[in-house]
Amino acid sequence: MATDFFNIDSALSEEERAVRDSVRRFVDESVMPIIGDAYVQGKFPKQLIPRMAELGLLGANLPEEYGCAGLNNVAYGLIMQELERGDSGIRSFASVQGALVMYPIYAFGSEEQKRHWLPKMASGEIIGCFGLTEPDYGSNPSGMITMAREQKDGSWVINGAKMWITNGSQAKVAVVWAKTNGDADQRSIRGFIVPTDAKGFTAKDQKGKLSLRASDTSELVLDDVHVPGDAILPKSGGLKSPLMCLTQARYGISWGALGAAIGCYEEALSYAKTRVMFGRPIGGFQLQQARLADMLTEIVKGQLVSLHLGRLKDAGTFTPQQVSLAKRNNVNMATNIAREARRMLGGNGILAEYASMRHMANLESVYTYEGTHDIHTLILGQAVTGLNAFE
Amino acid sequence: MKIAVCIKRVPVMDVRFRIAADGKSVDETGLKYDVNDFDLWAVEAALQLKEKTGDGEVVVFSLGPDAVQEQIRKALSMGADRGVQLKADRAPADPLSIAKALAAELKASQWDVVFFGKVAIDSADQSVGPMVAELLGLPCVSAISSLDIANGRGTAKRELESASEIVEFPLPVVLTVDEGLNKERLPNLKGIMAAKKKPLEVKPAQLDAGTVNVVAMELPAERAAGRIIGEGAAAVPELVRLLQTEAKVL
Ligand SMILES: Cc1cc2nc3c(=O)[nH]c(=O)nc-3n(C[C@H](O)[C@H](O)[C@H](O)COP(=O)(O)OP(=O)(O)OC[C@H]3O[C@@H](n4cnc5c(N)ncnc54)[C@H](O)[C@@H]3O)c2cc1C
Repeated sequence: MATDFFNIDSALSEEERAVRDSVRRFVDESVMPIIGDAYVQGKFPKQLIPRMAELGLLGANLPEEYGCAGLNNVAYGLIMQELERGDSGIRSFASVQGALVMYPIYAFGSEEQKRHWLPKMASGEIIGCFGLTEPDYGSNPSGMITMAREQKDGSWVINGAKMWITNGSQAKVAVVWAKTNGDADQRSIRGFIVPTDAKGFTAKDQKGKLSLRASDTSELVLDDVHVPGDAILPKSGGLKSPLMCLTQARYGISWGALGAAIGCYEEALSYAKTRVMFGRPIGGFQLQQARLADMLTEIVKGQLVSLHLGRLKDAGTFTPQQVSLAKRNNVNMATNIAREARRMLGGNGILAEYASMRHMANLESVYTYEGTHDIHTLILGQAVTGLNAFE
Repeated sequence: MKIAVCIKRVPVMDVRFRIAADGKSVDETGLKYDVNDFDLWAVEAALQLKEKTGDGEVVVFSLGPDAVQEQIRKALSMGADRGVQLKADRAPADPLSIAKALAAELKASQWDVVFFGKVAIDSADQSVGPMVAELLGLPCVSAISSLDIANGRGTAKRELESASEIVEFPLPVVLTVDEGLNKERLPNLKGIMAAKKKPLEVKPAQLDAGTVNVVAMELPAERAAGRIIGEGAAAVPELVRLLQTEAKVL
């Protein structure tokens, strides 16, 4: 049975539990049997996309009128938790599609853009990617040098390079963030909907990844890419627009990390009960019990943080700084749990047949993307002291 | 095609059960509940039948306290059209009482097929479906593992101990579903949202007192701990002796 030591289920609505249970079964039946191989081969399991779309997992918290499921944020979080219990790469795929591509089109797009793109993205017909990070601007995206210039006829020409872009190679559309018209100030940043078959657009797979291997990560190059005037997201403006997307995605990641942690803890627990050494199950030794007790405690704390954050988000009163705390805490605890679980599994723990080391390696990406652990530390530091330690 | 499906709320079985203080019921603290597996396959069979014939209605019935609405809504989220709760403090132990209450309700409409699961995994009586058939005066085919319905007649397969049996029957009919008939669909998120808006009627169950009662419940006896007789070839004679004299299996 799933880890629910504090009966969190009793704080969930029937509908939230129903959503979680459906996704849980999907992950158990369709993700678990294939994910170890996909990871070793370094391939995102594309065959899962139609099923994920049919279940309604893409952009699930966006409104029904755009073909989405219209769920609340807690149900959305539970989806992320279950997907990442499978693999961070699967959750990343859904996060990017929903929170980083569909969300900005929903929040900053025109009515026509929403009607055109969102239903096809919810149905998985169109996959998207989100291009913010650049080779020289990671933690500090305000320094970006990708530039869009408006032409006389109102169309745009974009030049620049984006790095570490999830879904980059399989995407049909990219939401690209660029400064505009030669203005180096971050306030000139706008979002553009760029079809990936546009002339001058190339995506190259990032090779040699030792983490998040069951996910596409690419480098995008935009060389005089010409897009029409209606490619711009009209309501986007300044760095705060992409940061709003990241707040959405980070919220989901705080839940996702819980899923990875639960997956590792449950694997370690079941191993501890069956692996016999010195004549008894290793779970009978105090050292291993301490490990399990620590894991369980951290998971329960993380569950309470994410659940309450979700309730605040549904009430419309959450702050980005609260999201930073949740992302920072939950991802960090998940990296620790994954490592401890891997160790409890002994030699078996290094095999792809078990999940813990895969999660352990994956979570290093999750620790780094969407604001590194350090960056969230500084955000919290600034929130409580009022002093900016970034610059 | 008008199709009824009767479903039961049962505890999820992956826990250690405890007997309640009264000594004759299960301690419900910490239990989680779901639709009885066999009933989920019955819902799936009903939905497939409706989809195949292209019209009709699938109505889900469940007898019990308000908590059973959660299981009815699960069936609605899979695609059933509406639900009916026959409200009772608890499902009684006597399957005939349950069957009478369901039959009284089902009698009010004409059904082409009434589906049940073969067995409820908690009480394991295997009798409510056939009893309802009897009370409605309908033919009953129990434990079906395949089903084909066309032109007012049906064919089903039943798995026996070491053979299977093919039976034919006219409609209307009561069918109880065995494992292997299908695999139930997962409710998708839109279905879960839509289920909230589908009609779910609550009526009092017409329950009689029943004549069968549970008087006591016991857990299986703890198995005695194993005994190590010795090691290697030297221990074999003693082992053989004990297997003959004590275990009496040789
Ligand atoms: C698998 C993967 C997928 C990704 N997917 C996407 C995507 O889809 N779209 C996208 O736009 N980006 C994506 N990213 C990029 C990701 O957001 C960046 O890697 C991240 O922002 C960190 O940037 P960087 O790698 O340039 O590291 P840097 O910013 O160079 O950081 C290096 C180190 O310095 C620390 N550091 C930086 N600044 C400070 C400071 N002021 N004070 C203290 N320490 C500091 C960091 O914490 C880190 O430890 C992805 C990354 C990975 C690994």
